[in-house]
Amino acid sequence: MSQNPLSIVVVGHVDHGKSTLVGRVLHETGALPEGKVEYLREVCDKRGMPFEWAFVMDALQAERDQGITIDTSRIRFATAQRPYILIDAPGHKEFLKNMITGAASAEAAVLVIDADEGVREQSRRHGYLLHLLGLEQIAVAVNKMDLVGWSEDRFRAVKAEIEAYLAGIGVRPTHVVPVSARGGDNIAGPSANSPWYKGPSVLAALDGFEPLAQSEDLPLRLPVQDVYKFDHRRIVAGRIESGRLKVGDTLVFAQSGASAKVATIEDWAGANLTRVAAEAGRSVAFTLDDQIFVERGQIAHLGGEGPALSHEIRARVFWLGKAPLAEGARLKLKLATAEHQVEVVAVERVIDVAELASRRGGEVERNAVAELVFRSRTPVAFDPFSANPKVGRFVLVDGYDIVGGGVVAEGVQKLPKSDNIFAVDHKVTAATRAAANGHGGGVVWLTGLSGAGKSTIAMEVERRLFLKGWQVTVLDGDNVRHGLCSDLGFSPEDRAENIRRVGEVAHLFAQAGLLVVTAFISPYRADRDRVRAMGEGFHEVHVATGLDECERRDPKGLYRKARAGAIPEFTGVSAPYEAPVDPELVLDTAGRSVDQSVEELVAYIEKRFSLSARRRA
Amino acid sequence: MNDLDVLESQSIHIFREAFNRLDKIAMLWSIGKDSNVMLWLAKKAFLGHVPFPVIHVDTTHKIPEMIAFRDRVAREWDLPMIVGKNEAALAAGMGPGQGRVTCCSALKTEGLKQVLSEHGFTGVFAGIRRDEEGTRAKERVFSPRNEQAEWDVRDQPPEFWDQFKTDFAPGTHLRIHPLLAWTELDVWRYIRREGIPVVELYFAKDGRRYRSLGCAPCTGSIESTASTVDEIIAELATTKVSERSGRAQDKESEDAFERLRAGGYM
Ligand SMILES: Nc1nc2c(ncn2[C@@H]2O[C@H](COP(=O)(O)OP(=O)(O)O)[C@@H](O)[C@H]2O)c(=O)[nH]1
Ligand SMILES: [Mg+2]
Repeated sequence: MSQNPLSIVVVGHVDHGKSTLVGRVLHETGALPEGKVEYLREVCDKRGMPFEWAFVMDALQAERDQGITIDTSRIRFATAQRPYILIDAPGHKEFLKNMITGAASAEAAVLVIDADEGVREQSRRHGYLLHLLGLEQIAVAVNKMDLVGWSEDRFRAVKAEIEAYLAGIGVRPTHVVPVSARGGDNIAGPSANSPWYKGPSVLAALDGFEPLAQSEDLPLRLPVQDVYKFDHRRIVAGRIESGRLKVGDTLVFAQSGASAKVATIEDWAGANLTRVAAEAGRSVAFTLDDQIFVERGQIAHLGGEGPALSHEIRARVFWLGKAPLAEGARLKLKLATAEHQVEVVAVERVIDVAELASRRGGEVERNAVAELVFRSRTPVAFDPFSANPKVGRFVLVDGYDIVGGGVVAEGVQKLPKSDNIFAVDHKVTAATRAAANGHGGGVVWLTGLSGAGKSTIAMEVERRLFLKGWQVTVLDGDNVRHGLCSDLGFSPEDRAENIRRVGEVAHLFAQAGLLVVTAFISPYRADRDRVRAMGEGFHEVHVATGLDECERRDPKGLYRKARAGAIPEFTGVSAPYEAPVDPELVLDTAGRSVDQSVEELVAYIEKRFSLSARRRA
Repeated sequence: MNDLDVLESQSIHIFREAFNRLDKIAMLWSIGKDSNVMLWLAKKAFLGHVPFPVIHVDTTHKIPEMIAFRDRVAREWDLPMIVGKNEAALAAGMGPGQGRVTCCSALKTEGLKQVLSEHGFTGVFAGIRRDEEGTRAKERVFSPRNEQAEWDVRDQPPEFWDQFKTDFAPGTHLRIHPLLAWTELDVWRYIRREGIPVVELYFAKDGRRYRSLGCAPCTGSIESTASTVDEIIAELATTKVSERSGRAQDKESEDAFERLRAGGYM
């Protein structure tokens, strides 16, 4: 049996008989182990209650005590046609997060409705959510037909009611089956109690579902999960969410736009095979033919048909947070392997899933569905959910908790696609600019602790080069934080964004032919590596004054404050500094005058950037 | 991809997520077939490396062949291994005589907690599967445990679209379950396909074999003539006896296993 199992979720209002139906299906298909039914009979006897099929799935004491399902569970069974994974979901509103946990991995669903009670609040909410999650195949079981005397009229009334609701969200159930889960009627075959019903049994309805189409034929989307360096090679790891990958493909990485060819697809030799291609669903590892900067969160694609990039996205969201959600809320959004800090900038519609009406704005209550606009600090790479679900959906995190999920409708103000970013050709080339200036453009990136001497050195270098006729400028930490980055703080995320912006600006200046000297603590190696990857002519200079010396100098009194706990996340004191591993230049200021360091750096810059020096070399 | 390919890729994805998102991780290695499959999948995920320690909680009541196998594989694969023992409980004479559930909690759960806190692990891989038992069927792939290593089964985090809970309070940890979606039959089919080594005790001798391995006093063998992996697969395809039927500690009361697990057992 190497066929892939089909995942089916059973949903509906609490007490309508979902767990009973699941228990019964397992029994009818012989999936229960020997002695299970006898054992459950004993359990029920001990509790002084009639036999409950629901206990097959409701394994927790609290579930059996209260007679409700609290958490979703999954179990395998098979019909003659194929294997299945059957997912039981709780119907109580309080456990909607668990219902979604179960339903989100299903390919098709059975919506159970009590014939006596008819369509209730959670029948509708579940129906709506299935649709939102992208499930299109839904069969309906009208259960407890024994309680309504197997009345065909009652069945037709309930059937009409649920069909009308589902039609409102654009869903047509594949079948509507009258059943008694407890009695086993119309579960595995026709029941003598419903001679008027000519349709399929529940199992036959399941066998009629189609497996979901594979996403192999969609464009390649390979979110980078990690980059390993177990030996000298850099190996990129990730799962192919759609499309295919083969050795020799040129991959473009959104958001950076950098590209390189797949050199090898790696596998562990225990598997003793050489893989040259892989398809959607496979976790792969590969090397590139060029040492471009790649990191977790980027989405690799084949160019031309890359994902969209946008700072603002409009999405349909189900909210599971304990407190209501409102405009201005700040959350973490996780899409594929990327994480973005986002703000809710608009609550466009809150949807009343019972009436299928909606209102504008306001708060989003727990378990409600709404259309929101998020703004992200960093550009989000995605596809609309309708085009490619795997990279068109996300979860929301608040603090330690997952508090919701959503599907992307579209980007608001799309950025040019990553593979088009470099499409505009400049008529004035870098060589022309360099010829006019007498030196090339570039970024000389000073990094080091606060008080190491970065700003002092940078300003003096700028003055001297300017006097020599250079096109030179300095970007300094304190200055950009007043304007370009005035909205950012000092958390690792904000520091990363600060450095990203400065890096982009510095490279733009460098492309315009300027020699840019920057003076930023820039404590994180990854942030600096990202700047290095943004363009050419990047030179990392470590102003390597030790912590003791910086603290002794303490020109702005900051170390003293930080030691007193008055400045949180202060580099070197309460936040880390990751020194460069292999910088182009190290300026060791200990026991040297500012002048000596400046001279050393000016000499280095002239050697690397001055055209006459290069000609001499 | 066939069903085993799908399961394999999913497990590799889980390993890689945990490795990327968590600081200090380790893998529980019970020496049973599931642990060995898990170890194999880790090597696949990290291209032949096992970039974290494997923990074996030694109850001293294990079947001797299991320990011999453990030491051989650890040597051959050069595994960084941590052996944990609840020395205090063992010194006080803890054993199944004090009650099977009590013994399990003391030697396995407590033994594990001691290793975790001693090394400060924030994530541990455990090779449990949904098809083993009802409470495991409700587990999450990334399943939080509080400061006391307890499982709050009534309020588990949502988990969907392979976006796992990787943010958690200091002092708490995550159990990560790469094999949750596998069945016993999947495990054996994968062992056959990949040629993964397992302890000889699984293969029938004189009409009996072990289907599930634990401590000697609490693990019974089953009647069987299956002496090769192929024969085991054929046997499982038709059997209606549940896998943990040989495990005595599950049966002390209706909720024995749930209580064990809520207290921090795997
Ligand atoms: N009369 C009758 N009762 C049923 C039937 N199916 C389920 N029930 C009962 O309805 C109650 C709720 O069932 P359960 O499966 O726990 O509902 P769930 O909350 O939807 O999972 C239990 O007491 C069942 O025995 C049925 O076909 N007929
Ligand atoms: Mg239920």
